[in-house]
Amino acid sequence: MAGWLQDNGLLLGLAVLDGLAYAALVFMVAVGLNLVFGVLRIVNVAHGSLFAIGAYTAASLGLFFASQGLPPLAGYFALVLAAALVGALLGPLIERFLLRRIYGHEEVLQLLVTFALFMILEDVQKLVWGVQPVSQDLPMTYLGTIDVPFGDDEIPFTKYQLFVLPGIAVATLVGLALFLRRTLAGRMIVAVTADKEAATAMGIDATRIMLLTFTAGAALAALGGALASPTTSLVPGVGAQTIVLSFAVVATAGLGQIEGAALTSLMMGLGRSVAVYFAPEFEVVVPYLIMVAVLLVRPQGLFGVLETRRV
Amino acid sequence: MTQELSRRALMGATAGSLLLAGGNAGAQQKPSELRVGITTFLSGPASVFGVPSKQMAELLFEQVNAQGGIGGIPVKPYFVDEAPGTEHLVGEYRRLVQNEGVHVMFASISSGSCLACTPLSDEMRKTTLLWDCGTQRIFEEGKHPFAFRTQGFGTPEVLAPLLYLLKHKPDFKSIAVINQDYAWGRDSWELWKTAMDVLKPGVRVVAEMFPRLGATDYSTEVTRLLASRPDVILTTSWGGDLVTLVRQAAERRLFERSTFVMPVAEASLQLLGKVVPAGHVIGARGDHWNNHPKPKDPAKLAKFVDGYRAKYNEYPIYPCHHMAQAISALQAGYAKAIAAKGGGWPNDQELANAFRGLTFDTPTSTITLREDGQGLEDQIVGLSSFNDKFPFAVPKDMIMFPAAMVSTPVGMKSVDWLKTLTPAILAQTPAPI
Repeated sequence: MAGWLQDNGLLLGLAVLDGLAYAALVFMVAVGLNLVFGVLRIVNVAHGSLFAIGAYTAASLGLFFASQGLPPLAGYFALVLAAALVGALLGPLIERFLLRRIYGHEEVLQLLVTFALFMILEDVQKLVWGVQPVSQDLPMTYLGTIDVPFGDDEIPFTKYQLFVLPGIAVATLVGLALFLRRTLAGRMIVAVTADKEAATAMGIDATRIMLLTFTAGAALAALGGALASPTTSLVPGVGAQTIVLSFAVVATAGLGQIEGAALTSLMMGLGRSVAVYFAPEFEVVVPYLIMVAVLLVRPQGLFGVLETRRV
Repeated sequence: MTQELSRRALMGATAGSLLLAGGNAGAQQKPSELRVGITTFLSGPASVFGVPSKQMAELLFEQVNAQGGIGGIPVKPYFVDEAPGTEHLVGEYRRLVQNEGVHVMFASISSGSCLACTPLSDEMRKTTLLWDCGTQRIFEEGKHPFAFRTQGFGTPEVLAPLLYLLKHKPDFKSIAVINQDYAWGRDSWELWKTAMDVLKPGVRVVAEMFPRLGATDYSTEVTRLLASRPDVILTTSWGGDLVTLVRQAAERRLFERSTFVMPVAEASLQLLGKVVPAGHVIGARGDHWNNHPKPKDPAKLAKFVDGYRAKYNEYPIYPCHHMAQAISALQAGYAKAIAAKGGGWPNDQELANAFRGLTFDTPTSTITLREDGQGLEDQIVGLSSFNDKFPFAVPKDMIMFPAAMVSTPVGMKSVDWLKTLTPAILAQTPAPI
């Protein structure tokens, strides 16, 4: 082991840097899904569409700002604005007119409804943005790269990847944790997550909390997409690719567990990166192997708590 | 009485046979419209190919119909989405033939779709033009009398860039591959590796990576490529995957460390603008570059490119050219079949017969369909470069590899044939055009 580490320690270091950036992106999407899942008890398949629409909107806004001759920093404003717009417009619309009608219904119906919404939103994306890849990488290229020492060599990393993505993920984690524990609205969300009926009996307007939570979840999904947009090219299907991994994170983390989502994203990000270096054949499957391993030991997820089934 | 019954029975049986045979032995009634079923990707990541090719089909059929159609009747296309998968596609193929009564099928972009559709062409005796898929397995693993591929295939599309690389950078010692994790990504690497091992033995493979199809982040793979410093990086990726990989690689200066070989780059170049640096090997799955230096009919190519640009505000990419090739083959095939029948309308068998050995024009050259149904299409490979005419990379120092030189001969399997190659093939490589 010591010999292997001596031979591959530098590569492992690179894998950790890559894994951190990837984990940050995964966390940003999964945390919103986890929040929604915890409060609304709905597996929202359309979460991937919100990610995609957030990404497309950020790219479009960024391109528009650039065409107007605004400074490159406006590209970062475009990322935040896109998340806010998608969250504020689509979130309440979907929750009020669609999800509210299926609370408490069978899970299969909820899945079908959100899947139908996902398909509709996929077509909306094609109608608005077409099918050719859309890219806007100014927020990434503006910051440039930083050379990381690698033996006698140096490996350039983008500063966006190394600092911005993990930084925003950590800020989101801390901010959400503080919001949920230190604010009245946050505590009400936690109360509804734990027991909706009891929370309602205590005078909490659960309907409003659910609307607020879904809007926040939609904005987080859109922010995840917006943050990913400078690093990638957006094509039809990008939302579907994202949602599968997010579900794995939520299942592994445990219902409504923000810290669990962070830890799971980190495990999966690092696991995938290490696989790319040392066993690339397993790159795709590693996150799901982690999920299976965790669920075998803790079926309720890493941070989940066992619930007594109500009859 | 017995004799009369026998005569009646014989006449009835003869008439019945003629009816069952669909009139194969007799006159075929000319339909009021020529119905063409077209399978293409209308959703999902591969719609970056499917939608432009559909647009091209609509544009060209509009022009064909304005000029009187094919054989004097208008053409009506029926588009089917490949994205839901092969089971769905097989059902749609049957529906189009049995319920819609299509006369010809165009299939498909995905090799998996083509592998599913060609047995149906045998079973339903329906002429099927394989208009874009590249898998070499189609005609190497079986005979399909009603299937014809109106463009090249995977083997020449991989061998030509390898030969170009061996001419351009003969001293490379190491290589890495990063292909999409599906049939084309795996098959193209097998073809490349087999040919490379016989034409330039001893090249060290420093990384073999197959990220999932539709991956949105390649930063880890790029880091590994930066760390392993291969002389050459091969990627047969396409669509959004290639755009993302190239953007991330360019931002981190990977193009300065290694020479990229991108046999399918053409379709992504206009999206990438100036991101692909000069001096890297690019291919187009054929000879159909919009800046082809010596097209057979320059005015025809210019009209083709400008017509598409005028309508859709973008340059046609190679799937558009492949669709145009299939439509040109359709016109030539019907013309030949109708002429062979003295002006009569051909039945399915007569139509399929006409396609065997058919030569038809393309926007850049001509293609001939071999006896096994495979089209012989030349391959043009070049180095990425920039000029004043195009706002994106286009090839320079182009070499046109004759189809016969880089295509697996009839009756052989590609991997077996590639193993028989010798470095002498490099001496046959034509000079740049």
